Amino acid sequence: MDRQSIIKQFEPVKDNLLNILHALQNSNPENYLSVDDLKLVSHYLNITYSSVYGVVKYYSMFSLKPRGKYVIRICKSPMCHMIGNKEIIDGLKETGYKLGETSGDKLFSVEETECLGRCAKAPALMINDKTYTALDRKKLKELIQSIKLNEQNTK
Amino acid sequence: MISEKRIALKNAGKYNPEDINEYLSLGGYKNVEKALRLNSSEIIDTIISSNLRGRGGAGFPAGLKEKFTRESVVDPSIQKYIVCNADEGEPGTFKDRIIMEQDPHVLIEGMMIAAFAIGASKGYIYVRGEYSDSIKMLQTALKQSYDKTLLGKNIFNSGFNLDIELKIGAGSYLCGEELTLLESLEGKRGYPKIKPPFPAEKGLFGMPTLINNVETFAHIPYIIEHGAEHYKSIGTSDTPGTKIFTISGDINKPGFYETELGVTLRQLIEDFGEGIKNQKKLKAVLLGGAAGTFVDESVMDTPIGFDSLKEKGAVLGSGAIMVMSEERSLFEILYTVLEFFKHESCGKCVPCRIGTSQLMVLMDEAKNIKTDRKKYLEKLLFEAEYMAKSSLCPLGQSPILPIRSIHRFFKDQF
Repeated sequence: MDRQSIIKQFEPVKDNLLNILHALQNSNPENYLSVDDLKLVSHYLNITYSSVYGVVKYYSMFSLKPRGKYVIRICKSPMCHMIGNKEIIDGLKETGYKLGETSGDKLFSVEETECLGRCAKAPALMINDKTYTALDRKKLKELIQSIKLNEQNTK
Repeated sequence: MISEKRIALKNAGKYNPEDINEYLSLGGYKNVEKALRLNSSEIIDTIISSNLRGRGGAGFPAGLKEKFTRESVVDPSIQKYIVCNADEGEPGTFKDRIIMEQDPHVLIEGMMIAAFAIGASKGYIYVRGEYSDSIKMLQTALKQSYDKTLLGKNIFNSGFNLDIELKIGAGSYLCGEELTLLESLEGKRGYPKIKPPFPAEKGLFGMPTLINNVETFAHIPYIIEHGAEHYKSIGTSDTPGTKIFTISGDINKPGFYETELGVTLRQLIEDFGEGIKNQKKLKAVLLGGAAGTFVDESVMDTPIGFDSLKEKGAVLGSGAIMVMSEERSLFEILYTVLEFFKHESCGKCVPCRIGTSQLMVLMDEAKNIKTDRKKYLEKLLFEAEYMAKSSLCPLGQSPILPIRSIHRFFKDQF
């Protein structure tokens, strides 16, 4: 679906701003909002470009920079930290994916997030809109491997 | 041995939440049908006399909130709103997620009853952006409710109209604070505002708004079904009813458990959680979330309620119970908690913006010295106290809670 048709699914009222931004970002294989997206939204909702920009910058789920096809969000809540999210961060580093970076193949971006509410099954992370829990180094590597394999097969 | 008593989670796990027919066959939506035959004042009186207290953390009487919203304007043609705060982000808490994933319809039913009571015809559920499973479940539930004409115009042929829309947050803890949530819902940055005016008077789009937590709404159908007297017979006199506790950390059986208030931490940890992992001893419980309190053995046998815990220097908050064994460093846990506040401070008011950073400066200094950290605890307390007095919203007012509780209960272990 092109950008215009995505926006037009929503009524042009300002309280739809976050929902629209989500829809645009999710439909972008690079998981981000471009300057053109922001202009489009500002025009559609009849609000200034700067106010759209201000909102995008405020919320941590939105990105103005291209990201990997898969955005990994590692939970850094006190419980995930205590049970061992360091294991996850280190494990990812071993597979070549560093916190705060997008991989060269544009497949993964690694970020941190606040409590994902999976505290009973810590440590947890999200990959795009899916949540994975009770992870350790081994499970994590299998998970990353299966995504990469799947990508190769669909190419 | 204590056992579970379920009100908010009464139907959770008993039906397929993606099929409204299954909810209907369990008697779903019959309480809203019943409520629509009552006067709105009868409903509000019932909620007031049930003494239902808001389950979001503050424990404000839910019935009074309804009454204030109802009575804030005389003219019934003035638009009022009902909003569900489903922006669950308090660390250690996942009670609302369980309700939304397993019984989204009880939330919708609770909102419908409250909307009728206050005279609102438009509602919103503001759900956390990271909660993708909850979002999907609510989308399905709302669509099916419309298909069955349980939402929309002339519900149950009563003349009552209600539309509910889903709004998706985008990663901001602060938006869980009610005034900030309303700003965000309007499509703005999540910046807090000064109270008063309260939402009951001037809320969403400047209109009277009732805003409640997911768990609070989930209690309303039960109260309508069984009456205030019955509800009050559950729990304690300070906090009637049940609470969902989310237990995590060094515990054999972490998870979510709903039971009557008046239960103790020891019972929750031993009976539900089956004790501390690896036969270790308990060091501390971080109770109520990051905006919560570290407590020790001396609070373990206190019957839990909003007020009874306050007397002991603790808070119930969201009902998060984060368990730490003797091996854990409380300094390290406090470090992650204060880092969290720093990250989530919006920067609008100076005391919080500078204060949350200053707390981390102190923590980093203390981290490096390792001995005689106590003077740093005093400094942290001083900083957090002025922040609590001068910050605009609950975020800047919160770091004092974990810091003071460490000062009170674990001074020697800092």
